[in-house]
Amino acid sequence: MTTNHYTLKVNGKEHQVADAWAGESLLWVLRERLGLPGAKNACEEGECGSCSVRIDDEVVCGCLVLAATAVDCEITTIEGLAPEGELVDVQEAFIEAGAVQCGFCTPGLLVTIDKLLETNNQPDDLTVREAISGNLCRCTGYGRILEAVNLAAAKRREVTS
Amino acid sequence: MSVTIARSLDQALEILSERPDALILAGGTDLMVQINRGSLNELSTVIAVNRIPELQGWKQQDDTLVLGAGLTYAEMEKSDFAAVAPALAQAARTVGSPQIRNAGTLGGNLGTASPAGDTLPVLAALDAVICLRSAQGARRLPILEFITGVKNNARQPGELIEEVHIPAAQGHQEFCKIGPRNAMVISVASLALIVDQQNKKVRLGLGTVGPVPLRPAEAEEHLSTNVNWAANTVSAATLDQFSTLAAAAARPIDDHRGTAAYRRHAIGVMARRTAARAFTEETA
Repeated sequence: MTTNHYTLKVNGKEHQVADAWAGESLLWVLRERLGLPGAKNACEEGECGSCSVRIDDEVVCGCLVLAATAVDCEITTIEGLAPEGELVDVQEAFIEAGAVQCGFCTPGLLVTIDKLLETNNQPDDLTVREAISGNLCRCTGYGRILEAVNLAAAKRREVTS
Repeated sequence: MSVTIARSLDQALEILSERPDALILAGGTDLMVQINRGSLNELSTVIAVNRIPELQGWKQQDDTLVLGAGLTYAEMEKSDFAAVAPALAQAARTVGSPQIRNAGTLGGNLGTASPAGDTLPVLAALDAVICLRSAQGARRLPILEFITGVKNNARQPGELIEEVHIPAAQGHQEFCKIGPRNAMVISVASLALIVDQQNKKVRLGLGTVGPVPLRPAEAEEHLSTNVNWAANTVSAATLDQFSTLAAAAARPIDDHRGTAAYRRHAIGVMARRTAARAFTEETA
């Protein structure tokens, strides 16, 4: 196996990746090499969405991105959603609505919902369900998650109005 | 294993001519699953093609829609694309999740050539032409010659899928897919119905009910000759027979997603349903 050296820009900061196997996924590199365990590893086949991260303007599954090809992009993980020690509106809304149980799906959902509200701060129920259809939660049954999205959307409308 | 990010079509073709066996990485939604499972550890060369500008986007050239192999499902879902290729937009909309649709591409669907590939029955019904290119030159193949079997296609070592050409929309189009839920579903059975208003022809594509996408010629012929094209209506008897012929043309198998009998039944239901959406059913 050959090794690879490349640079990833994650949450605004450049990280050198050295001596990596070229077949490593972005999720693996984030968690195991860069010390960013926010994106979760569950299925490694794009089914569960718990590894959702942002690459430039799109939310994708980190497990399905070959890390060595994610150079020259802005990668945003849950750790980069808010400045250190602060919470974004979606995180506050999840706490207020009690939308977190085991918490495993939460980082992926937060990244997905943050992007949804960036493009549409008044999403109807169907739009929300569609937007989070690739993020599986096996605890809450989605009721409180949907409630949290509505709360976060209201917060964001207040800020932008 | 080494990874090269191709920045131009020429660069990709050059690497491919040196390493004809290189694996091509488009959206990664199929290939990365295999790499994550450790089933491709022996691989030596991977060429990432998702940064090649020539493979991006789509355009209309006279009566042909030219789709880049790098066109993502998310781009195909958009209203401007749906206006010119509605069935393909509908099919793209049913792929995986938003995350998968942001990454996965049309060229990738063709490269993987899974019997359950969502765009394949649509491309079959649209008489799509697949444009391949290598350092030596280019060639074009009709979709049904391109897909040669379960996860097999006619792409030769050294070749890259460059474009897909389809005739611009001239009539009603429908896509239907059966699965256990609305998202993250690998098709159990799928069907595309394309009305060619100008030539008074209905073209039908069946997906996931054979090793390759199918075109049921008898069913197409029966509906095309029995539609009242002036009134845009069709009799209940014609719809019933169309449904029967479409189901008979399916070549499904039993597997963990569904039984052959269920798949055949589903094709009959979807054929009738889509035809009744395209043409008004005559009241007795």
